[in-house]
Amino acid sequence: MPAANIQVSETPLVLYALRRADDALILGHRLSEWCGHAPMMEEDMALSNIALDLIGQARELYSYAAKAEGKDNDEDKLAYLRDVRQYRNLLLVEQPNGDFAQTLVRQFFYSAFTDLYWRAMMSSRDTTLAAIAAKSEKESAYHLRHASEWIIRLGDGTEESHARAQGAIDHLWAFTGEMFAVDDGERALVHAGIAVDPGTLRGRWLTTLSDVAGEATLTLPQNDWMQQGGRAGRHSEHLGHLLSELQSMQRTFPGQTW
Amino acid sequence: MVTVLERDSDSDSDSELRRRAWDAAAGVVDPEIPVLTIADLGVLRDVVLDGDHVEVAITPTYSGCPAMNMIALEIEMALERAGFRQPKVRTVLSPAWTTDWMSEEGRRKLTAYGIAPPQAASSRRALFGEQAVTCPQCGSQKTELLSEFGSTSCKALWRCKTCREPFDYFKCH
Repeated sequence: MPAANIQVSETPLVLYALRRADDALILGHRLSEWCGHAPMMEEDMALSNIALDLIGQARELYSYAAKAEGKDNDEDKLAYLRDVRQYRNLLLVEQPNGDFAQTLVRQFFYSAFTDLYWRAMMSSRDTTLAAIAAKSEKESAYHLRHASEWIIRLGDGTEESHARAQGAIDHLWAFTGEMFAVDDGERALVHAGIAVDPGTLRGRWLTTLSDVAGEATLTLPQNDWMQQGGRAGRHSEHLGHLLSELQSMQRTFPGQTW
Repeated sequence: MVTVLERDSDSDSDSELRRRAWDAAAGVVDPEIPVLTIADLGVLRDVVLDGDHVEVAITPTYSGCPAMNMIALEIEMALERAGFRQPKVRTVLSPAWTTDWMSEEGRRKLTAYGIAPPQAASSRRALFGEQAVTCPQCGSQKTELLSEFGSTSCKALWRCKTCREPFDYFKCH
């Protein structure tokens, strides 16, 4: 019998850790789909390595969410036994890989944010989150550097690579607003000094994007309509398909271990 | 053969026991860079003795480093072999590991092994910071980056323009 979904008591702190864990896991899984398929060997290794970092971050965050919840859940159950509507990740990270440009633009948007976000979270009053931040900040800075170089290479490359990079930016732009949104539960954590208000990071995020886009001869969209929903469990069609692959072993053979 | 550690209160003080536990754990090597011990790497953080039980604290170099599970297993076995019963390993995240935790001895061993050690105080924050990495084969500074990511999560791939050899570079964190 397939394993049933677990229930999670989503206190503000549990939900906060869960959302960031889901971001890292889903993006890590997306990147792992490139393993063996990337356009060149170096990028095959790069995307797999970034995936490893992200999945490592996800594990720490899931473990902390489970501890904060204080029930019977653990990192594996949180990752493998929640259904689409229980997932709290950004819509951005679940978007399909598309072509190489789309994957790198998605990574660029995300890493430009997490680079700032984790650095700010190092001063969180929550010592576990601050410790995870100190680790993730270094990794995010490296991921951002890798993605930025590719955005410039693609944007300032051939007519074809420029068109693909610009197309990816235009396509994914509407998914970036969610990174800066805060709900009531998170606002309370911000006031308690546990979380940072991501809205305060948007200016610097845009500066990073503008600098790199400028060098890449790419244009950032002017439209400010943003799609939201992932943080509340309303996802695009893509996430269900991703989870069916990610969770297939544990759903088919509950409790299976290596 | 496993010799179970007999505690003799005259000769084995706690600090002596702790030192033996530390030495046993410190000898474990990184499975992916077997010339480096976890003490050279700065992955070994603490050894705590509670009665005859020992708990070792290690810290990951990179969040997803797959070697950590293996290292934890090897530490437990090393302590068992040294006579400590049911040793425990726990992972600590703070303070976060950086390449500054690597010992001078570790840097020397890495170079001799053919891996360029991490640059001290490099500008990793700079988005496009230029790094000067010395070729571990011929010592030339005329080197170039081939790939930001390499054979393991802690390495990047470089090439020497003088001797033309590609080489691993231990990424700076």
